[in-house]
Amino acid sequence: MLYNQPNPLEVRILTRRFGLPDSHTIDTYLANDGYKAFEKALGMSRDEIINEVKASGLRGRGGAGFPTGLKWGFVPKQSPKPKYIMVNADESEPGTCKDRLLIEYDPHQLIEGILIAGLAVGAETGYIYIRGEYRYLIDVMDRAIDEAYARGYLGENILGRGIKVNIATHSGAGAYECGEESALLESFEGKRGNPRIRPPFPAVAGAYQCPTVLNNVETFCAVPPIILQGGAYFAGLGTPRNGGTRLFCLSGHINKPGVYELPMGFNLMRMINEVGGGMRGGKKLKAVIPGGSSCPLLKAEECDLAMDFDTLAKANSMLGSGGVVVMDEDTCMVKAALRIMRFYAHESCGWCIPCREGTTWLRKLLQRFHDGMGQRSDIVLIGDLSKNMLGRTFCPLGDAAALPTISIVEKFRDEFEAHLDGKPCPFEHASRLVTA
Amino acid sequence: MTFSPELEARFEKFLAKYPAERKRSAMIPMLIYGQDEVGSITEELIAEVAKRVGVTPLQVNEVVGFYSMLHKKGMGKYHVQVCTNISCLLVGGAELYDQARHKLGIGHKEVRPDGRVSLEEVECMGACSWAPAIQVNYDFYHDVTPDQLDKLLDGLLAGKTPEQITEVRKVNC
Repeated sequence: MLYNQPNPLEVRILTRRFGLPDSHTIDTYLANDGYKAFEKALGMSRDEIINEVKASGLRGRGGAGFPTGLKWGFVPKQSPKPKYIMVNADESEPGTCKDRLLIEYDPHQLIEGILIAGLAVGAETGYIYIRGEYRYLIDVMDRAIDEAYARGYLGENILGRGIKVNIATHSGAGAYECGEESALLESFEGKRGNPRIRPPFPAVAGAYQCPTVLNNVETFCAVPPIILQGGAYFAGLGTPRNGGTRLFCLSGHINKPGVYELPMGFNLMRMINEVGGGMRGGKKLKAVIPGGSSCPLLKAEECDLAMDFDTLAKANSMLGSGGVVVMDEDTCMVKAALRIMRFYAHESCGWCIPCREGTTWLRKLLQRFHDGMGQRSDIVLIGDLSKNMLGRTFCPLGDAAALPTISIVEKFRDEFEAHLDGKPCPFEHASRLVTA
Repeated sequence: MTFSPELEARFEKFLAKYPAERKRSAMIPMLIYGQDEVGSITEELIAEVAKRVGVTPLQVNEVVGFYSMLHKKGMGKYHVQVCTNISCLLVGGAELYDQARHKLGIGHKEVRPDGRVSLEEVECMGACSWAPAIQVNYDFYHDVTPDQLDKLLDGLLAGKTPEQITEVRKVNC
């Protein structure tokens, strides 16, 4: 059963099998073009596969938006060490819930993506790092992997073609930080999820210090359609340098929240009104987090823009992970900033001092502010502290905590001022302020 | 330390997933599945996992402290996890958490005296588009209303299993 109804404006490439009976099984997959891209890729050279991915304009769907074909090209062709494929299914960016569906409804598409990536870089082993909370998906994935072995799509001699690829799932145990690629690799190796110093990047020294292709679930899932229909076709669905479609996760104060596959560059206001069914209760739009809680917020008047990596960057925000969080006029932005900071303070791994200390200080400052005990100078202090975290940590978690905070302080300064001088939060009923 | 035959089989499978000299990779999966059976991360479990993956108990211990799903203190048989992160917060997640606190009479990471039910305020669980969401153990409940939460908690407190509480259904397969 689908968790939300599809929308006619969707362009369903990665999600085309969602909603089919038993869409998670290999039989449904095979009956709907399943593993055809892999068979096509078997007849292509490594460079041909990578060039097709490059031509598709596919950019990493985890959040950073790095061109996938380029990333694969960084893996050394000759390597005395084994190479690995690593799938980042540690989906935990607040606002993001798409990889869950890609695994639940179409696990074989992910397997096929891994197989093609394996062909492209010469890797024979793949791991799917799934966050611990997604236990049922580990079971879904394991069953799909077993099916693929049974039908000869995985193993020591795939389809009798002398190709060897083995895949296994790997469970996390609750840590946002492990969605960061180098922390994921540390965690995968049975260690604390602290980030690694880079370079070297995973393409050269990833899992067990071996060359590793590490991508998000959605990125791998885009590969079979790219190979099957051609990179140019996929690229044409999106905007220049932003190929294809993307799964946008709409949440917050809208009538029809849900995960929708839309072309890259889809207008954000149309996304809210025509796909998301407009604002709940006819309220006015106040702000949008365009791509997971790490992204600078957009004010309502900034939301008439194309949702692709470059347009969002030009608007001083990020497309991020596809988590579109919509907030209406009754939302307290100080409270939103506080909740976001509580998250980052909880999830900071503690490795880099600016992040460890900064997120905790900011959490305390924002809490004090929201409690009505903030001082005018705190507004400046919150901005200054955040800016001092930027670029001073090994991994992007410090930036992820700082960027939305800076944007909220700059764009909603009046709401901070409305909390000054002991005034209760203007958006909350007084009784809600008492927390035990 | 002895485990059920099912868990032993699972551990064996875990250890076979990784290159022979990289058994340490199996540590975190073994810990979380081990915790499910043992009830918490005990010193005994740490020592056993350490032995099986070929590291010292201290090396396992430092890993345990990092991951929020690994608990040295046992949680209840039914661990109720309420998300209050941004998407859930906007549509009533914090109110659900307050409601659960009052109904169960316990706070964050606390267990009811009979050990059946425990509560945790958790970070984003990946159900943002179907918020507010909660998890009971590993099962997801989407678009949870205060009334549904009441029925679910009432049922758990009355000794029912989640499956017996037919008014509120988990969504995952």
